[in-house]
Amino acid sequence: MVVRLLNITLNGKKMEVEKPITLIELLELKGIEHEKVIVEYNYDILVRDDWNSTILDDNDNVEVLKFVGGG
Amino acid sequence: MEDKFIIGGKELSSRLFIGTGKFPSNRIIPQVIKSSAAHVVTVALRRIDFDSKEENMLNHIPKDCILMPNTSGARNADEAVRIAKIARAAGCGNWIKIEVISDNKYLLPDNFETIKATEMLAKDGFVVLPYMSPDLMAAKRLKDAGASAVMPLGAPIGTNKGLKTKELVKILIDEIDLPVIVDAGLGRPSEATEAMEMGAAAVLVNTAIATSDDPISMAEAFGLAVIAGRKAYLSGAGAVKEFAEASSPLTGFLGA
Repeated sequence: MVVRLLNITLNGKKMEVEKPITLIELLELKGIEHEKVIVEYNYDILVRDDWNSTILDDNDNVEVLKFVGGG
Repeated sequence: MEDKFIIGGKELSSRLFIGTGKFPSNRIIPQVIKSSAAHVVTVALRRIDFDSKEENMLNHIPKDCILMPNTSGARNADEAVRIAKIARAAGCGNWIKIEVISDNKYLLPDNFETIKATEMLAKDGFVVLPYMSPDLMAAKRLKDAGASAVMPLGAPIGTNKGLKTKELVKILIDEIDLPVIVDAGLGRPSEATEAMEMGAAAVLVNTAIATSDDPISMAEAFGLAVIAGRKAYLSGAGAVKEFAEASSPLTGFLGA
């Protein structure tokens, strides 16, 4: 079986992932506690309910953000 | 004396807002918030660093606090709006501190872009508190744009220099029918008191607390200073006189 790779941009860095992969699987792959993060998918906020059903495509842009200290 | 402080329809229990940046350890933040008695707490939004395991800031902030995310990192109105919408999507309420900065040396806010962002976000249902340079016309435009308060700087962010903009902030307090919250630059509790004595509705303090030797104790000192300043403002200070005026009667001396 030929492994197919996707090129995506995650938090500004290009990376390759094996497909098919959903957004929630990507977070798990990166070891992210999902209840604490916010996801922007192709420059739109992706609501949590859609994380499981969103299948990543080539050249997708994913931003994973969280709150940090600030004034 | 009843002295309610309401912003965005919420009654606030403290006139000290605190920021959560630069603390030696985020683990002391719950104690800092407690000792300061602050009700409104600011946070920032950043990309996750997949290589570091630092804990999420929200774990350190008590649930009864009002979270006020800032738009730090935004260099124009559109970026500020994008950050604000992401913050709201995180489910932490609709308060936003607009911070639009393109000057890296002094970190002075861009009032023009801040007004644009305020208008867009207020229309979209946010409670908008813009960080600004203390300019009367800009403050009027922020009010017209739907700001819930204006937050002029006392001195550049993180400098601990004090209320260097005093005269200009005083004009905003006198002329703008919105709460004026002095944000940035206050370094000592006495400077927070000074701002409150002249009628500021609140102050926002971060660096002065976070970089002190004992942030938990300094947070308490700022909390007390803000209460003292507010009480003094409400009490109405006596007039300043050029020459001495005896406090004791000038007649009926013994042996006269």
